[in-house]
Amino acid sequence: MAGIISIGAYVPKYRLSLEEVSKFWGVRGASGEKAVAGYDEDSLTMATAAALDCWQRCQEPVDGLYFATTTGPYKEKQGAAVIAAALDLDRVSRTVDFTNSLRAGSIAMRAAADAVNSGSAQRILVAAADCRIGAPQGRFESLLGDGAAAVMIGSGPIIADIEESYSIFSDFTDLWRTEKDKFVQSAEGRFIETEGFLPTMQEVLREIMKKTSTAPQDFAKVVFSATDARSHAELARRMGFDRKQVQEPFFLQIGNTGTAAPLLMLASALEEAQPQDLVLFAGYGDGCDAFILRVTGNIGKIHGQASVKQKIARGMIINYGKYLNWRELVPVETSSLPQRSEPSVTARWRERKSIAALYGVRCKDCGTPQLHPIGQKIRVCTKCQSKDNFEPYKFSDKKGKLFSYAVDQLQPTKNPPGLNGVVDFDGGGRLICELTDYDLDKVRVGMPVEMTFRRMYQGQGIINYFWKAKPLEE
Amino acid sequence: MENLKDKVAIVGMGCTKFGERWDMGVEDLLVEAAYEAFEDAGVAPADIQAAWIGTVFSGLSSITLSPLALQYIPMTRVENMCATGSEALRAATYAIIAGACDIALAIGVEKLKDAGTTGVKGPAIVGDNIDGTSGIGPGYSAPASFAYMATRYFHDYRLEPEEGRRLLAKIAVKNHHNGSLNPKAHFNNELTVEQVMKAPIVAWPLGLYDCCGVSDGAAAAIVVRADMAKSFRVDPIYIKALSICVGARQGAIRQDYDFVHIEENVLASRKAYEQAGIKNPRKEISLAEVHDCFTIHEMILYEDLGFSPRGRAREDIDAGTFTLEGELPVNTDGGLKCFGHPLGASGLRMMYEIYKQLQGKAGPRQIKNPRLGLTHNLGGNAGTGIASCCIVGNEKG
Repeated sequence: MAGIISIGAYVPKYRLSLEEVSKFWGVRGASGEKAVAGYDEDSLTMATAAALDCWQRCQEPVDGLYFATTTGPYKEKQGAAVIAAALDLDRVSRTVDFTNSLRAGSIAMRAAADAVNSGSAQRILVAAADCRIGAPQGRFESLLGDGAAAVMIGSGPIIADIEESYSIFSDFTDLWRTEKDKFVQSAEGRFIETEGFLPTMQEVLREIMKKTSTAPQDFAKVVFSATDARSHAELARRMGFDRKQVQEPFFLQIGNTGTAAPLLMLASALEEAQPQDLVLFAGYGDGCDAFILRVTGNIGKIHGQASVKQKIARGMIINYGKYLNWRELVPVETSSLPQRSEPSVTARWRERKSIAALYGVRCKDCGTPQLHPIGQKIRVCTKCQSKDNFEPYKFSDKKGKLFSYAVDQLQPTKNPPGLNGVVDFDGGGRLICELTDYDLDKVRVGMPVEMTFRRMYQGQGIINYFWKAKPLEE
Repeated sequence: MENLKDKVAIVGMGCTKFGERWDMGVEDLLVEAAYEAFEDAGVAPADIQAAWIGTVFSGLSSITLSPLALQYIPMTRVENMCATGSEALRAATYAIIAGACDIALAIGVEKLKDAGTTGVKGPAIVGDNIDGTSGIGPGYSAPASFAYMATRYFHDYRLEPEEGRRLLAKIAVKNHHNGSLNPKAHFNNELTVEQVMKAPIVAWPLGLYDCCGVSDGAAAAIVVRADMAKSFRVDPIYIKALSICVGARQGAIRQDYDFVHIEENVLASRKAYEQAGIKNPRKEISLAEVHDCFTIHEMILYEDLGFSPRGRAREDIDAGTFTLEGELPVNTDGGLKCFGHPLGASGLRMMYEIYKQLQGKAGPRQIKNPRLGLTHNLGGNAGTGIASCCIVGNEKG
């Protein structure tokens, strides 16, 4: 039977203070902070980071990558395939985008469990992320945050068995975005809660408990998503869950992370779970998916990586102007510096392995790992001049040290000043690259770094993903 | 391999005023530089038997040289990034040695200020690749790629950032002083160390005055067989050595490169010293025009070219070794820093200054009894370089 094998999470570094937003507009508003994806991040890059975090806790090969989001980078072109390429998955891996519903994460989990139970897949990695935008000065601007989470579903070694699952759909119009909407639209708040969220969730949770003959007090943790803190607390009250049982939804720390939210909460719950714990988990949106999970003795396997709580605590506050610029909510002056030339689709295709998963080569004669600084193929060894005698060598998973750097006022970035430098990888190889998510006060020669998949600047509507270095979290 | 020492002489040179020449197109710059050179050499345009035009961005092919209206002679455009002007001189020299012609024109031009943007148009962002894979990789500016050297130099030689920046500032101050004595320089102002230190940062640790000017300009040389030289003028300048050394991005790919020297510079200068028979460059070279695109590069060049022992450029900067009155004046005309840097013209602009100095015609900048002069260019940057060295002298032998 399918179960959860690993979990992962990603919370972007940046936070927006909701008090600053209220002060800016001169209105009384929400308190707390929301997590903000960097100017070079989107749902796809955040999902990639969460998937890597998940994978680092359980290095098992997977048969597929399911990407769940309502904010995919393309209307036409699969996001999951881009992530699978960045993760360097086997070519026969199945890639699927689950989208258009805030429940896409739990829908993808159920689909993954079905694939495993049918015997057609051993392990599927589900990565959910969202980066939804609320109109400035509005309720959803304060409410929504950015983040990602991942769950690996498979037949073993399982950290939590899926003992039961139950789903319904509902054609209920609470939140929506049409193709023309940049911002989340919504029906009246009271209506959404009393006729949509609460009755739907109550129905599904009661039904799955009835199927498994369980009662509210049987669960060590209850994990479910909601639009906001009020509806979240109200459902817990109506269902008779004790406050200690209910998983913290992180609304005040990072906001509602959409498709990622239930999985992010589940990841945090499992990080703190004990063997034999019973966990009730539900995702809401256009219906509901509910699961009953039983934690196994393998649960210790997922420890060792930074926890969700630690990731949430590592925030760096940005000002509102930066947020508005990053989300392209204000027109800003274009740079007076020369424009970069457009990325070439054909060149990207030719060097796809190098660009997607940061592959270089290692010379079979002299053993030197090498990566070309501008993404060209290396045919002749720069050290021993041996020709076409290389093995592929992946750099994206290598850590490194900053050999030298410049704080670059001229680098095209929406988070000036830019930082770029020379990264020397542990085990050999060097790359001159951009850095991101840095704290300028802490940058120094020798700083440990890791690689992260990001959006580079965009041309011709093509999203130019590549790798940057970022300081290694201690 | 044959030594080219004393086989070719420069008998005429021209150089436009460098700067933001809003009123001048490529054609004006070319005509101005070429006709000064023709007049200086006492030749007519019809005497030119072959020409090499160097430019990076200001024209494709030798048709770029059509404003001179030379009549159906062999012409070739050359390009080697910031070493382009020196490359034109190299091609013309080689052709004369090969016997393909006796009188040739080497000319370099760049019209950067028609770009409509600040900075250098073209692959100013180093990650952009000229060959079509453009825009995939990282974006970092040219100043940043030299800032890596400053960061690393300060780190390796234990200089506090303020201490290191003050040393670099002294180079900017020296070059601006020299440029202030030069009406053809882009900038004619003196600077103080404090001004340099307080200027806005461009790519830490480099500030505005650590970076050279983006300029329009052209420079030209008439080269002839050495045995003909005295029939053109009494004071021809003889080419002693030409060398070029091009990397294969070793420093950008391999960890064994240190970012506190540039291997291409070291090897190009050694090759040139060997050709010219120079054993002790610091003692034997009278003056040098080096590629101070950023002050840190001039500092590292003192060591790369063998003027200062490795890691000890600081002592020579503090002692004033490279000032106009010093033991080995460097960038007597203001350098790229103050004279300006129209890419394709710079190599020949450097030669123009050496030529005038060796003839004793450098006016208020004239140094005492020069005998041998060196020009140096670097295309690209640390880790990915094209280094060129030329040595010339005012006497044979």
